[in-house]
Amino acid sequence: MATQEDIFSKVQEALVDALGVEDDEVTPEATLQDDLGAESIDFLDIVFRLEKSFDIKIERGELFPEDILTSTEYVEDGKLNEAGIVQLKQRMPFADLSQFEADPMVQNLGKHLTVNDMCSFVSHKLAG
Amino acid sequence: MRWFWIDRFTEFVSGSHATAVKAVALSEEYLHDHWPAYPVMPHSLIAEGMAQTSGLLVSETYQFKELVVLAKFARCTFHGEVRPGDVLTYHAQIEQTSEDGASVKVTAHVEDRLQAEAEIFFARLQTQDLGSSGEGQEGAMRLFNPAHLLHWLRLVAVFDVGTTADGQRLRPADYGFETAAGGDGLTP
Repeated sequence: MATQEDIFSKVQEALVDALGVEDDEVTPEATLQDDLGAESIDFLDIVFRLEKSFDIKIERGELFPEDILTSTEYVEDGKLNEAGIVQLKQRMPFADLSQFEADPMVQNLGKHLTVNDMCSFVSHKLAG
Repeated sequence: MRWFWIDRFTEFVSGSHATAVKAVALSEEYLHDHWPAYPVMPHSLIAEGMAQTSGLLVSETYQFKELVVLAKFARCTFHGEVRPGDVLTYHAQIEQTSEDGASVKVTAHVEDRLQAEAEIFFARLQTQDLGSSGEGQEGAMRLFNPAHLLHWLRLVAVFDVGTTADGQRLRPADYGFETAAGGDGLTP
């Protein structure tokens, strides 16, 4: 069973390689987009590196539930509605969504994802 | 000048790897524009050769029918110079693929010398990524006229050397290309 330190260190390595950042920039609190400069295509790179490093399979939409974020049922005027937030929490139990909930603009979801969320995602996958 | 930065494939194995060559000649215009007194092939064009070698390999895994675009070079390192008279050999190996795209490791050698190495990501664009709906969608999903695409694939010898993983020759008809005599006026 991988320890939290093992998970952090492999996630850190994946982010350093995918984003070209330094080790010490990848702190647990760092956000992927604003602090580490991740763009949308980098998420595919990160997913590939995590799959290889942890020997796991990450399906499309698992890390980032695009189907919810683009659903007309859950999105109104660019914001996720109550039902959408419930769905999102079910699909992203690994992420701390409290900040996002305060202003659930769909386009901002990625901005709140932190390195810690990535580690929780991997722990969640390994436990599942 | 045509935007071909590989001369031809010498090996092309579906879903796995490909090798392509590019002979660098003093008659090529770009060599005289970079450093006129000391012609070398610019690294950016070596990167283009690596991208073309791996891009066609990835595109084949989606039957040459989808929009596969170069998303990023995750890593790219160059060693030394490429001079007129050199022959670059590009080798691309698919590392991972998914519904969203693929990652490929590519090297460029001049004889035994490693000239460049890169890790390239390709994104497979799907209909929703284009932000369009309704009519015109099918047209948007096709970047090239199929007859032109077939012509280019033949020029770089994809169908002369290409095989499936178990050694069967790749044929244009397998990808839905029309190859009837007199069909497009482009094929020999």
